[in-house]
This record gives sequence, C-alpha cells and structure tokens, in this order.
Amino acid sequence: MEIVIALAVGVMFGSGIWLILRPRTFQLITGLLLMSYAVNIFIFAMGRLSVDRPPITLSPDIDPSQFADPLPQALVLTAIVIGFATTALYLVIMIGARGLTGSDHVDGKEPRE
Amino acid sequence: MVSFVVVPLPDSHGPMLLASLVFVPFIASLIAASMPQDARNRESWLAAGVAVYGLIVAILLYPEMSEGTVLREGFDWLPAQGLYFLLRMDGLAWVFTLLVLVIGLLVVLYARYYMSPNDPVPRFFSFLLAFMGSMLGVVLSGNLVQLVVFWELTSLTSFLLIGYWHHRADARRGARMAFTVTATGGLCLLAGVLVLGHIVGSYDLDIVLAAGELIRSDDLYLTALLLIALGALTKSAQFPFHFWLPHAMAAPTPVSSYLHSATMVKAGVFLLVRLWPALSGTPEWTWIIGGAGVGTLLIGAFIAIFQHDLKGLLAYSTISHLGLITVLIGIGTPLAMVAAIFHILNHATFKASLFMAAGIIDHETGTRDLRLLGGLRHKLPITATLAIVASAAMAGVPLLNGFLSKEMFFAETLQVGGDRNWWMSVAAVAMGMFSVAYSLRFISIFFGKPAGELPRDPHEPPRWMRFPVELLAFTCLVVGVAPAISIGPVLDLAVAASLREHTPDYNLATWHGWNLPLLMSIVALFGGIALYSVLRWRFNLRERTRAPLLSHFNGAQAYETSMQSLTRAAEWLVRHLGTSKLQKQLLLLMLMLLTVPLLLVGQPPDWTVLPLEGFDPLFAGIWLIGGACAIAAAWMAKYHRLTALVLVGGTGIITAATFLWLSAPDLALTQLMVETVTTVLLLLGLRWLPPRIESAEIQAAASRRDWTRRALHMMLAVAGGLAMAVLTYAVLVHPASDTIADFFVLNALSGGGGSNVVNVLLVDFRAFDTMGEITVLAIVALTVYALLRRFRPAPDSAEVPQQQLHAFDPASRQTPSEQADSGYLFVPGIYLRTLLPFMGVIAAYFFMRGHNLPGGGFVAGLIFAVAILVQYMLAGATWVEAHITLRPHRWLGLGLLLAGLTGLGSWAFGHPFLTSHTAHLHLPVLGELHVPSAFVFDLGVFAVVVGTTMLMLVALAHQSLRAHKKAGEQAADAAVPAANGGAL
Repeated sequence: MEIVIALAVGVMFGSGIWLILRPRTFQLITGLLLMSYAVNIFIFAMGRLSVDRPPITLSPDIDPSQFADPLPQALVLTAIVIGFATTALYLVIMIGARGLTGSDHVDGKEPRE
Repeated sequence: MVSFVVVPLPDSHGPMLLASLVFVPFIASLIAASMPQDARNRESWLAAGVAVYGLIVAILLYPEMSEGTVLREGFDWLPAQGLYFLLRMDGLAWVFTLLVLVIGLLVVLYARYYMSPNDPVPRFFSFLLAFMGSMLGVVLSGNLVQLVVFWELTSLTSFLLIGYWHHRADARRGARMAFTVTATGGLCLLAGVLVLGHIVGSYDLDIVLAAGELIRSDDLYLTALLLIALGALTKSAQFPFHFWLPHAMAAPTPVSSYLHSATMVKAGVFLLVRLWPALSGTPEWTWIIGGAGVGTLLIGAFIAIFQHDLKGLLAYSTISHLGLITVLIGIGTPLAMVAAIFHILNHATFKASLFMAAGIIDHETGTRDLRLLGGLRHKLPITATLAIVASAAMAGVPLLNGFLSKEMFFAETLQVGGDRNWWMSVAAVAMGMFSVAYSLRFISIFFGKPAGELPRDPHEPPRWMRFPVELLAFTCLVVGVAPAISIGPVLDLAVAASLREHTPDYNLATWHGWNLPLLMSIVALFGGIALYSVLRWRFNLRERTRAPLLSHFNGAQAYETSMQSLTRAAEWLVRHLGTSKLQKQLLLLMLMLLTVPLLLVGQPPDWTVLPLEGFDPLFAGIWLIGGACAIAAAWMAKYHRLTALVLVGGTGIITAATFLWLSAPDLALTQLMVETVTTVLLLLGLRWLPPRIESAEIQAAASRRDWTRRALHMMLAVAGGLAMAVLTYAVLVHPASDTIADFFVLNALSGGGGSNVVNVLLVDFRAFDTMGEITVLAIVALTVYALLRRFRPAPDSAEVPQQQLHAFDPASRQTPSEQADSGYLFVPGIYLRTLLPFMGVIAAYFFMRGHNLPGGGFVAGLIFAVAILVQYMLAGATWVEAHITLRPHRWLGLGLLLAGLTGLGSWAFGHPFLTSHTAHLHLPVLGELHVPSAFVFDLGVFAVVVGTTMLMLVALAHQSLRAHKKAGEQAADAAVPAANGGAL
C-alpha cells in the first residue's frame, strides 16, 4: 500500500510539474489540479495509512490508536474546498486574460518566433 | 511638591476611563466615515462631542492628578511575550491630553466653517478623529511598544490628512514626504524602544523610567539614544529632517493648525520629556538633542523671514520654536525642562491661533501670498487685532505668554553656557531677533496699503469661525499677564510628573527685575525690528525668491534625489534579476523545490520497514488507472482540452476512492462532489479558449531549442515526481510520533458531542480556522463574480460556437429549455427535474448526520449546489431563473452571519469565541435529537458553500448568455427575470 501511494503521489506531482511549465493557460490549470491531488494525498498520508478504521467514535471508551488520524483529514477536507475556489479564481483570470489579450499564452502574448 | 505612588489598577475593573479616552475617538471615526458627503454640521457635532466627552473625563480625573496619583489600566495583549496593553496617566500625560482635546475642540469648530460644502467632509472628520485617538494613545501609553504603534498611527493619519485634497499634486507629494520621513523615524523609534526594553527587561514605562542609572551605564545606551532621538527628531521636524513640515502645509489649514503646530509635531518633544528621567544627564544627550535643536532653531527662524507664503512662514517658525524646545530638553537641567514644557503649551496656543488666522485670511481673500496682501486691518479689523496679539506672543513681546518661556530659555542658555559657551546665548538672541523679524513680516499684511487686486473682497469671517482664534489669543494674554494663577497649577502637574524628585523651585512671574535675560529680550526685540527694517527697505525682502546662504541646504531636494535613486536602483534590480515570464518563474520555483530540501537533508533516512498495510492488488490496479490518467492528461492538455479534462477527472475519482479505502469517508465524499463541480466549472471555461488544432507543420517547426527546453522540463518533472514519491515513502515507513490527534479522538464524543471526529474538528475544535476558510471562500466567490462583470470575450470566441450551429445536431436552433421541454432532452428532463427534491433531501440528510457519521456542511452544501447545477445544465440559465429565485450573495452573507453569530453567542454565556454547547431535544417524529451549537455553525458553512458554488458557476454560465445577446441572438432568451439578471 505504501509503495502504491508513494508512486501515485510521485506520478501526479511529476505530471503536474510538467504541465505547469507548459506555455498555455489550460495546461497550467490542469497541472495545478494534478498537483493539488498529489499534495492533498501527501498531507493525508502524513497521518499514516489505515484501512477500515474511519475516525468515527461510537462509544466513549476507546483506544485512539485504533482510529485513523483525523487531523490531516480535517486539514485536507478544507484544502479540497479551498482548492476548488482557487481553481475557479484561476479559471476566471485565465478566460479574462484570454479575452483581454486575445492569447491563451501564460504571458498574455504569443512568443516571438 | 506632590509625591509619587504607582497604583496599578486591577485588570478589567473600574470604569475604564482611560481606555474610553483613547477608543471613543476611533469609534467616532468609524461613525464619521459612514455619514453622507454633505453632513458638515452632524460631523462637527460628533467630533465636538467626542472632544467634550474627553475633556469631561480629563477634568474628573484632575483631583487624582493633583494628588500625584499615576493611574494605570491594563489588558492582556501578548502576555506570553510580556506585552500588555497598558494605559497610564500622570500629570504630564494629563496636560497633553488636555492640550490635544482643547485644541481639537477648537479646530473642529473652526473646520466646520473652513471646509467648503464641496469637500467630502466624512473623510476629513473621520481622519481627524482617528488622529485624535492616536495622539491620545501616544500620550497615554504605559507601554513603550504600544506607544510606537500609536505613534505610527499619528504618522498615518497625518499622511491621510495632508493628502486630503488628493487631486492636488503638492498635497500628494507633501503627504508622501511627511509619511516617509516620520514613519522611517517611527521605525527607528521602534528599534530604539526594543533596545531599551532589552536593557531594562520590560517595556512598562514606569519600570523604564525608574531604571535611568541602569540604562545610562549600559553599553547599548548610545544605540538606544540615537534610535529614539531619530524617532523624536523626525517627528518634531528637527534639522536635518525639518523639510517635510513646510510641504505638509498642503493640508487644509485646520489640519496644519492641529497636527502640524499644536499636537503631532509635539509628539517628538513629548517623548523626549517623557524619557528624560531614563535617558538624559549624559554629554551624548546634550550634544545630540541640543545640537539638533540649536541648528533647527536658527535655520528655521532665518528661513521663515524669507517666506512669501503665510503658512510657509508659520511652518518654518514652528520648526524654529520646536528647535527651541529641543534645545531646552537637550540642556536637560530641571529648570530647562520646566521651560520646555511651558513653551510647548505656549507655542500650541499662539501658533494654533496664527494658523487659524492665516486660514481665515486665505479663506476671505483667496490668497496666502504675503506679496499680494496688505492693509487688511481695514477690512478685517478683529481678525487683524487677534493675529497681531498672537504674533506678538510669537515674537516674545512682554505681557504675552511667549515672552515668559522665551525669557526662561534665555536664562537657561546663560546658566548652562556660562562664560565659556557664550555662543549658545548668542544663538538664542539671534533666534529671538529672527523671530521678531518674521513676526513683523507676518503682521505687515495688516498694514500699508492694499497691494492691488485681491482674488476676493475680504469680510470678517462668521462669528464662530473666529471664536477659536479669539479664545486662544485671549489665553496668550491671560497667561502672559498672570501666569502663576492661570497656567501655574497645570504646569506644576506636568513638571512634577516628568521631573519627579528633581522638580525644581521655579517662579512664574512676569517681572523678574532687571537682569541679563531681560536685557537679551530687549536686544532681541529691537534688533529684530532693525533687522526687519533693513531687510524690508534695503534688501527688498518682498522680491527675494529664496533665503540667502541657506538655500543650498535643501532637504526636500535631497529627499527627492534619494527617492529617485532608490526607484532607479529598484528598476535596475528588476530588469536584471527579475522576469515577467511565468514559465521562467515557475521553473526557478520548481528547481528550488527540488534542490533546497536536498541541501537540507543531513543524512539518508533510515529505511525501517514497519508492519505495512497489506498490499492489495486491487488498490494497485486502481492507481494504475489513476496514474495513467494523470500522465495522459499531461500529454493531452495542449491540443485536446476536453479529453484532458476527462482524464484529470479520472485521477480525481481515483483520489476519492483512495480516501474511501484509507478510512477517510468524509474526504471521499467531499472530493467526489468537488470533482463534479470543478469539471462543470472548467467545461464552462473551455468555451472561451481559442481553438488549437494539432498539425504536423507545427510539430515540425519546433526548433532544437524547443526540444532542449522540453527535455529539461521532462527531467525536472521526473526528478520532482521521484522526489515526492521517495519522500512520501520515507515518511510512511516510519512510525507516527505522538500527535494531538489522540486528544481529538478521545474528546470528540464527550467534549464535542459528535462521533464523527473530522466533522467535530471542523465545526468545534478548529471552528475558528473553518470560519476563516469559509470567509476565504466567500471572498473568492465575490472576486470571481466581480472579475466576470468586467469580462469581455476575445473577438474570435464571442460568436456562438460552431458545435452549437451544426446542422445535424437536433439541439441547434433550440433554446435549452425547448430541448428539455419538447426536444431531445425530453426524457432526461423529466427525470432530472424530479431529482431536485430528492437531492435536496439527500443534502439535508448528509447535513443532519454530519456530526456523527460522514457528512456535514461542506459535503451537504456541495450536494445541494450540484442539485441546482443539474437543473441549469438541463434547461439553461433562463429557464431555471424564471422558476427558482436564487440569491447566492444572500446565501454567502447569511452563512457568514450564522457562523459569526454562533461564535459570538458563546460570549453571551461568558465563554470564549466559538465555544460549543449541546442541547438535547425530543421531537415527535424524529425522536431524540441532539443539537449542538456547532450545528448552527455548520449550517453557516453549508450556506457559504452553496452560495460560493452557485455564485461562481452561475456567473460563469451567464457569460454565454451575455455574449450571445451581444451577438444579436436574443430571440427566446430575452426574458431574463430582472431579479436574477440583476443579481447575477
């Protein structure tokens, strides 16, 4: 499991790096999406992996080590929602810049060839 | 003499009188800012009310002050750092409070008539009140760091007031200059105060003042003194930092009168008087403070003679008088300190009235140019009389207050200089002569004959505009004639509080007999008259454009030059080190991300292999898909955007599945819903991007450089991905250390009343963070909305897209609602419309159970938003908005309000912000329901999430409608209801 999660984070992050270095705005936004998945899973994994142990405590007498770490989960939950909001913001800037400059290059003008 | 007792008031008890003195002006400032543009009368009443309130408080405290009590009121600020918000009033602070409030009241009265009906008065009075609060904060601070905070606030309000008429270039320039100089000085002061706190071990003023010996013998004494002196000297416009004050005269005259003569510029000398017991008594003190003072006093007085602007003359004279006070403080003997405090009060009286008189003359004649003005005593007899009295006080004519303190000054220079340092007395007499000369220059406008046409025919000003001048001029006279009974008791208070055990015996009398200071006064008086006459009639004073000798020492010019070279240096740096190319910036960022951690890694991690979670081939299988999707998306994002979007969505779904697999059901739900709305969002955006067709020619045209760059990026991507993978693996194979997680798991049910720990964390333990997060959501949503209002599509994507006009598409030439009602979407239409109530119920269900089982406000909000989005996607914006009234703005506002009120509600029960409380209800059908207050908070989260999602997506969707209407295609979509059309 650990190796799979590690590879998954690596593949998503690597694809993200490649994409955010591309010249077109849509590539950039796709890259940021992939990177945010990678980072969210990375932060989530800091609480270590656990299967079938959701942090739902049905009785007061419990052993905390038998539950998944809830703290990274709470952090990632808000991160997902905020990530959505920033994606929206970036999208609007993207189409706004495209409308204003006529180009979808990240610098707002086509590169000189 | 009064004895000193320090009475620490117990925290948060008593009537909080001192705190009200400081905070009432700030509150009033907010009120003033929200009044209508032309509310001159209401604004004046408000400001005057604040000043009167302060005066009543001050007068009530007089008995305690006269007993020598030191009042202290404290609140915790950063107790861990030893910082307390501490207000402290002793005699000196009391006298300054009185000064700030009395002059403030008079200035408000004056400003009521001075400001024109066209000026936006809310801004003026709001800033003025904020200044009053800041100045009182400086005066009453019992903590040095806090004093610096208020000090900088006075600089800020001064900046805003100088720049009040911001359409004028000179106002903007003057404001910038004043702020740069005084705020820089303020930063030096902060550093000085920190050094002082380091030496003493406390920022408490009382402790610092008692530690004079310790401070003076410390190695850091000179550093602290220099830094604090820089702060005080810049604020009080001392040479060589004096140049900002004349430029600050671009402010409205009430401001010049209040800030730049009577109060703010006195903050510097106030601080020096305040810290006198702690810092003075060394040669360094005398040379630094006294030296700056002597230079300032002579230069200011000399240049003042050659000014042609009424306010310019007064500004330089203010500089010179501040110099005089600084010299006295630099001399530093107890008697000199008495004279300094006395002169601070006297100067405030006569200079404030002179500024007001200058304002009246400007107001009535339309000019402040001394060369144009003349013979005004015929048109403005009363104002002329008052101004002449005040000028005489400024010149130091006997029987007026200026004479008394100036004579004390002469006496001190004699005392200190003795026979050897006689130059100090000479400088003093020279300054006296110059001040007589410029005072004569000032009053010359009332005599002689009118110098031709004035822009306006002057009349006496309104009764109450003149009243402040009358009162102040009268005060000059009363203090001058009977100092011991008029100002005596007040002065005693201030002197006793600042000098403590060193308080000298002094005698405030008009007549001290024939002695050397009197002789010096007489020399100065007649010498000044002679000097003025010679300059006036021999050297053609009226025509000289610059002061002789000193015009080369132009501080303002030096300031501008240094600012310009700073700007040039910054431009050079940006040109040579910066880039505006995003790709280069991101490349650097990624390189850093990769290399810096490598440099920081000390030794390779120890690959302890834990008992790992069992390897599951199915899990590996889904990530094979997820990873393939990510790589394919990276491949496709340039030419096949829709494909890339679908692929990214695939990775997102796998991510959600992973959360579910790894015991995070809440995350899985949220990720799933966010995935949905993100995809819809990006689909809406795709329409505005230019078409990009992959072709063999473009690929062939790629140069060798392009390939090199791509290879570099690919290497970086692989290395970055690998690094993240290794890092993740390295962490995962190490055992987790003890974290605070256990606390949350153990206390969620008992403390938070919910079994879903993640949800309890969000709405209870970390509710304050969540509140910040939903605020960010709301702000982002509004920003998106605002940006879209100004959105203009590129010309080539403004037309209806080709795909929608395709002849074989059954949907072309049909509105979305036609498609759903009778077109090819007829069947799904029925299903999806029926789905709305179900999805609503599901949202409610997830919301209700959120505290105990996976769900909660975030998830429920997203589900509800998706329910509505589905309707939009089906039948189009027009149809939905004709049938449902959505007001996303209100959802946002309501949500934030609910969350905020829940937090505030716990205050009502005496608990800290956002403390949760659980109530158990027995309802007929639903059975037992436990309702924690966090439930209401979660409702707020729900509303904000719904509002955010709706506002952003709907605003984006409406762009297509707008663009199509622009293109003339408004056939069926014309009837957008006003409520939604206006709101969205």
